[in-house]
Amino acid sequence: MERLLEVRGLEVSFRTYGGEVQAVRGVSFDVDYGESVAIVGESACGKTVTAQSLMSLIPAPPGKIGGGSIKFSGVELTALSDRQMEKYRGSEIGIIFQDPMTSLNPVMRVGDQIAEVLRKHRSLSRAEAHNRACEMLEMVGIPEPAERIRQYPHEFSGGMRQRVMIAIALACQPRLLIADEPTTSLDVTIQAQILELMKDLQKRLGAAIILITHDLGIVANLAERVLVMYAGRIIESGSSDDVFYHPAHPYTWGLLRSVPGIDSDKSQRLVSVDGTPPDLFAPPAGCAFAVRCERAMRLCYERYPEESEVESAARGAAVHKAACWLVHPEVRALMPQLEVPAG
Amino acid sequence: MIDTSQPLVEAVNMSKYFDCGKNRILKAADDVSFSICRGSTLGLVGESGCGKTTTGRVAVRLYNPTDGKIMFEGRDVHSLRGQDLREFRKKAQMIFQNPYASLNPRMTVGDVIAEGMDIHRIAGRRERVDRVNELLSLVGLAAEHSGRFPHEFSGGQRQRIGIARALAVEPEFIVCDEPISALDVSIQSQIVNLLTDLQREFNLTYLFISHDLRMVRYVSHRVAVMYLGSIVEIADSDQLYANALHPYTQALLSAVPTPDPRTERSRRRLLLEGDVPSPINPPEGCRFESRCSRSKAICRELRPSLRTIEGSHSVACHLL
Repeated sequence: MERLLEVRGLEVSFRTYGGEVQAVRGVSFDVDYGESVAIVGESACGKTVTAQSLMSLIPAPPGKIGGGSIKFSGVELTALSDRQMEKYRGSEIGIIFQDPMTSLNPVMRVGDQIAEVLRKHRSLSRAEAHNRACEMLEMVGIPEPAERIRQYPHEFSGGMRQRVMIAIALACQPRLLIADEPTTSLDVTIQAQILELMKDLQKRLGAAIILITHDLGIVANLAERVLVMYAGRIIESGSSDDVFYHPAHPYTWGLLRSVPGIDSDKSQRLVSVDGTPPDLFAPPAGCAFAVRCERAMRLCYERYPEESEVESAARGAAVHKAACWLVHPEVRALMPQLEVPAG
Repeated sequence: MIDTSQPLVEAVNMSKYFDCGKNRILKAADDVSFSICRGSTLGLVGESGCGKTTTGRVAVRLYNPTDGKIMFEGRDVHSLRGQDLREFRKKAQMIFQNPYASLNPRMTVGDVIAEGMDIHRIAGRRERVDRVNELLSLVGLAAEHSGRFPHEFSGGQRQRIGIARALAVEPEFIVCDEPISALDVSIQSQIVNLLTDLQREFNLTYLFISHDLRMVRYVSHRVAVMYLGSIVEIADSDQLYANALHPYTQALLSAVPTPDPRTERSRRRLLLEGDVPSPINPPEGCRFESRCSRSKAICRELRPSLRTIEGSHSVACHLL
């Protein structure tokens, strides 16, 4: 069956004065029609760069897609010219940026910003686009859309601006919606509103979502499948249940344990992952997490463990994979007594 | 050791208004009262613009209160002068939110940490070096870091430098203003563990300001919830999370997503409508009235004051 999105071996690097930063180092994943996938990781792990390269939003230079392929419903996006790419951007693929304060045009009426997409991609007339923009504002839950449509972004609060961003991203009914930290700059009660809205709209419009976030709570709330990124690579992927309840990679394990639950035992110390992520100017040859990993073996420093399937108890529909020698079949064959971390 | 006999820090009906001109008054903190016992942590939670940072700044006398007072060891902080004030400045310290902006980029880490010691003339030249090295190792950095500049460090390391600077003058009370919100998850837990270890070792008293309800529950003995300049609920941490009484606290707790897919799928959220109103000329009556699903006529007219419901659990709501 054809997938909506197939990414294979994606490599993105940036030239800087300090040398070449290898931000994304061979990332492969699929997204099915209507599926919601989350990419989690800490800052500078390459999650935003991955998302931006799907829409060819990497500024080049200094950025460069060094290799790999991105297939969107069968079309190779990396081979498209800028002109051809415009057909997809905003029309087939929508994006919501992290910061609603800076991603809207401050000198353009909100309605015109929504209408702009519709006029460009759907060739609607001015009046039609205006009406449709009004409907979109109503759909994302902005009261009195007919008046709001004539206002400027500064007249909207942060949560309202994010709703406008969502309206713009969904105006052309894209098949894929990329949400890059959509609620990070919002307060929790507003965050809850936006997450509910996104879930509701996804159900109604049937778009697939790629959600990029560092908040594991949001992942649990919204995603069916999770990709965990570390130092430019996907180190674990699987259904939310598999990743949350049976994490296979020590990094995922540490990430999950370093967040206190709202009802966890307070007398216990938080488990923290010591150290900091590696420098991507010169990424290590082996596993990038090895220096912070309490279970690192000599092999981990020398060779990168290719992704392998994890035998997990609660197998969902999605395959559970991890890039760690602890779960690698060859290592397990040699050392069957090796203990795999458990949630 | 938590000493419950006498509070170390106490806010008594403290208010801080900012004049925005044209008859507009921003009531950042309005009639805020709380007390913190020696050796304990009071968590202060709320959404942006609710007055948490202002409250923290008044508590260390970075601002003077418009009304009411802050008591420290039984004395009004605002009335301190001369030697007494210098003494207070030493005893009350602050850790700031943004580790990228709160360290002087032109000073070496050693000078940043020792600046307070220099001002208070705590250490001689040789002791100064020893003390800086000792502080660096206390917060998990190495002695050779003292000659470097802030830009050479990561966010988590910079926050450690900020903590070492606060500890340098041997304070008793530290206001931690969102000390972890600029950091990554795996680094956050490192800093939180460091703060709790230091509290135990030096019997420190914290005012821990954060919007992260999970972390606040974890570090605090007591928690106060702020909304639009007022404390709406204050209770022992376990009590507050298990039995939140104010409608806003309930909505806030319900809004926090938990890293557990099964719970997330099954639970129903109390969604609040709309946004926080502006703190400039805020509404009379209950500040939360405009978003509260259970508001009554009285809520619009009269501002509820904090009332003790049971034990040490106080709520400002007419409905209880």
